[in-house]
Amino acid sequence: MQRRKLLGYGSAGVVALGGTLFAGWWQVDGPGASEPAGHQPLPLSAMEFQLIDHEANAVGPDTLIGQATLVFFGFTFCPDVCPTTLSDISGWLDELGDEAERLNVVFITVDPERDTIEAMADYVGYFHPSIRGWTGPEDQIERATSGFRATYERVPTENGDYTMDHTASVFLFDAEGSFVTLIDYHESREFAVPKIRRALDRDTAGAA
Amino acid sequence: MKSLLTRTIVILAILAGLTGTVSAQTHPLVVEDAWARASMGMNRPGAAYMTIRNSGEDIMVLVGLRTDIAVMPEIHLTSTDDRGVSSMTPAGEIEIAPGGAIALEPGGLHAMLMQLQRPMVDGETFQLTLVIANGDDVTVEVPIRGFAARGPQD
Repeated sequence: MQRRKLLGYGSAGVVALGGTLFAGWWQVDGPGASEPAGHQPLPLSAMEFQLIDHEANAVGPDTLIGQATLVFFGFTFCPDVCPTTLSDISGWLDELGDEAERLNVVFITVDPERDTIEAMADYVGYFHPSIRGWTGPEDQIERATSGFRATYERVPTENGDYTMDHTASVFLFDAEGSFVTLIDYHESREFAVPKIRRALDRDTAGAA
Repeated sequence: MKSLLTRTIVILAILAGLTGTVSAQTHPLVVEDAWARASMGMNRPGAAYMTIRNSGEDIMVLVGLRTDIAVMPEIHLTSTDDRGVSSMTPAGEIEIAPGGAIALEPGGLHAMLMQLQRPMVDGETFQLTLVIANGDDVTVEVPIRGFAARGPQD
């Protein structure tokens, strides 16, 4: 009898301990973990770079403040990940319908040498009309990627050409320019639209 | 004499018929859902996707690609690491186990078509040959879909 009671306490204790451990894991390593401060993108208001959009307008992080924002890095010579992600983004924007008008959507090239304003205009023309293509001088692209904590690297190919390794996550910011979350390339695509809505809702909450 | 000649012709005919049947119906590799994305002009590499199933009893080794649409067709692997950084590398030889299949799909393995010889136009098709180590190559007709296509249908 007493032994059973003890056992009961014991298992309750184990469950509680397990719960605590789980909560700890969730917050530190699990899905609830916040990005380490050094790896989280800066707020858009703290970034400084000057680029040019595919219609030759001067643009920068300030351009994006006032509406929620979605940013993706890539390059137009990318045959696989970039057109796939931009197609996915186009699909999400279609799903959002009119709500998509409250969202800035920007594709920033990491290959400004080949991605001229004209190339960016041609490229984004294949996707959802909300998508803007940004390019600019190499040093400004570098400043932009460092603000987003994104990375890119030029990799020579065997035929004397080159390709670019680059961060393929999609970045989401709220209307005030604070970082909300990432849509990771690996994650299931059905979480994408709810995440975008989260960035948009922070927008409404901020406005109210 | 006449009967020997007739018999030889008959045997030859049967052999020819058999060989024809063998190569047409029992190639161990079955290619499904092949498609490619239209290209923007000819400067940029193109990409093609498909599922390759090995219905035979031997391991098949895919060693390369051949096509008249590109000078350098090659199977590449896109991988994305835990920091979210995507990179692309030649996949090398790929073994397909008996009863197994490999999927060439967006964000993973793909046929990378470098140095295009002509633009890849939505609605057209091109031939792509899978070069197999044992010499038993397979040629497939690949339909070209829109630049923003995400799969063989959508």
